[in-house]
Amino acid sequence: MAHDFVLAVPGHERNRLVMFEIFGIPSQALFGQLLIGLINGSFYALLSLGLAVIFGMLNIINFSHGAQYMMGAFAAYLILQHSGLGYWPALIIAPILVGITGIIIERLFLQWLYKLDHLYGLLLTFGLALIFEGVARNYFGSAGLPYTVPESLQGGRNLGFMFLPNYRAWVIVASLGVCFGTWFVIERTRLGAYLRAATENPTLVRAFGINVPRMITLTYGFGVALAAFAGVMAAPIYNVSPQMGSELIIVVFAVVVIGGMGSILGAIITGFGLGVIEGLTKVFFPEASNTVIFVIMAIVLLVRPAGLFGRRG
Amino acid sequence: MERVVDPLATKPSALRTQSETIAFVIMVAALVIAPFLTYPLFLMQAMCFALFACAFNLLVGYVGLLSFGHALYFGWASYLSAHAAKVWGLTPELAILTGTATAAICGLVAGSLAIRRQGIYFSMITLALAQMMYFFALQAKFTGGEDGIQAVPRGHLFGLIDLRNEMAMYAVVLVIFLAGFTFIYRIIHSPFGEVLKAIRENEARATSLGYKTDRYKLVAFVLSATLAGVAGATKAIVLQLASLTDVNWPMSGEVVLMTLVGGLGTIFGPMVGAFVILVMQFKLAPIGEWVLVIQGAIFVACVLLFRRGIIGELANLLRIRL
Repeated sequence: MAHDFVLAVPGHERNRLVMFEIFGIPSQALFGQLLIGLINGSFYALLSLGLAVIFGMLNIINFSHGAQYMMGAFAAYLILQHSGLGYWPALIIAPILVGITGIIIERLFLQWLYKLDHLYGLLLTFGLALIFEGVARNYFGSAGLPYTVPESLQGGRNLGFMFLPNYRAWVIVASLGVCFGTWFVIERTRLGAYLRAATENPTLVRAFGINVPRMITLTYGFGVALAAFAGVMAAPIYNVSPQMGSELIIVVFAVVVIGGMGSILGAIITGFGLGVIEGLTKVFFPEASNTVIFVIMAIVLLVRPAGLFGRRG
Repeated sequence: MERVVDPLATKPSALRTQSETIAFVIMVAALVIAPFLTYPLFLMQAMCFALFACAFNLLVGYVGLLSFGHALYFGWASYLSAHAAKVWGLTPELAILTGTATAAICGLVAGSLAIRRQGIYFSMITLALAQMMYFFALQAKFTGGEDGIQAVPRGHLFGLIDLRNEMAMYAVVLVIFLAGFTFIYRIIHSPFGEVLKAIRENEARATSLGYKTDRYKLVAFVLSATLAGVAGATKAIVLQLASLTDVNWPMSGEVVLMTLVGGLGTIFGPMVGAFVILVMQFKLAPIGEWVLVIQGAIFVACVLLFRRGIIGELANLLRIRL
């Protein structure tokens, strides 16, 4: 029954797929990588969105974002191990738990840094990332732990030109949904208006009787929960491992530099776009697939130093 | 960036320059005696990292630019130095120069990209570029991938002095370290260094006074990368090894930690920080991965409790400059 989540299409289904070639590349390989690109792009978008939201309110670049994404995946794993609750409950519980740790971190540590140069926020959250990753390595080792795809999303469908695993389709749809939900809340609701106002001028917003410090705390909690949500979604795709966040966060930093943090839609578009470009690079020029995002960052810095959607800063 | 407030800024006295001279003499004396008391190899390694941290501090402490990718210059200098000594058969001084030149070129390219953005973006760009060069190192043939370049010959300095002799090697590293240290000291106290500090304090103002701040920042960046390269290239000859550890992001984090622990923007801080962190890693090696946790905790403690670092706090306590 274990219709495992492998990229290679099971034999009998392959026969039913229409094969054709694009630029000499078999269509399946192309669309397969395109799909992986969209998946990676979903994670880039979710993480860079969280970074942008946190940076907007706290003026801190959250270096522990990758570690918190890893914590989300581990939370899902532990929830399954200890209480037997599967993927769907974990998708709600893990972000809340990790979000609460974020709120504690903001109250304990980050709130003392707002008046300082924002480099100290980077250093502090970098230290936190080391702590989280170190603890995870001590208890779980460096090897990845498996997390299976929920039963309801196993299997996949044949789209004619490619095989689309259900779980991957879900990841793309869910992250798009969460991204646009966040965009809607921030750009189109009253709460979002308060948030944007507090980003521009916290003192003035406080004078209107709004509890800005609490808003900042909750914003950090929310941003961290977004990272954990991405982590839970990543758990069935990648192995759950302590270092899953640290390399991802560096790529996400490059994504943020390319897109700029001024615009939420910009973060989403850049995230997905770069994921797709990375996927395509894997097809046409595999050696460069690790570095293509960094190269694009360098080119963007040369041509548009402020980033695609950013203001100069 | 919150800086160490110079306690004597308003009332200059003879002690001001003397304290630095005295500390320098103590440092040289300690480094001359030390190899007779403890492992020379450990000390040589520590001096390489101390120079690396001093080079990093030149940028973060005096220009206010936090580079999170200094492993790039350290690591690539280390690779090229090792390659030059092992494959090309160059003498150690030429191998170190090869590594240093590599770092300078990398610094020029990465620096001219990174200074196009300010503040937090600068840190992210340097980190991303360093990660890109890490992947190049991972894929390039000559770096030996996961194995690195091993068994690098130390060779004969100027074709004469056999560096397999531990004390001869120690003397060379000591000279390199002191030369680098003095060079950085001269940069900081030159008119050029004063402009750098002005940029750190208020870049807009420096611009309005007619300084081309981007050019100053780039020169400082290249100097810092080059000196980090000297440290990395020397390390490759001393330890006879260049590996992926030297170019990967944790190395960039480590040099930040060393400088932070010793004291950002102090002359002697980075050196003290490098020794403290290396001794700690050496002593804590048996507990394995917990070292990572402890390093993280030190980061958090430094940022929250003593941002001045060891030397910064000491200087503040004694009301002198160090």
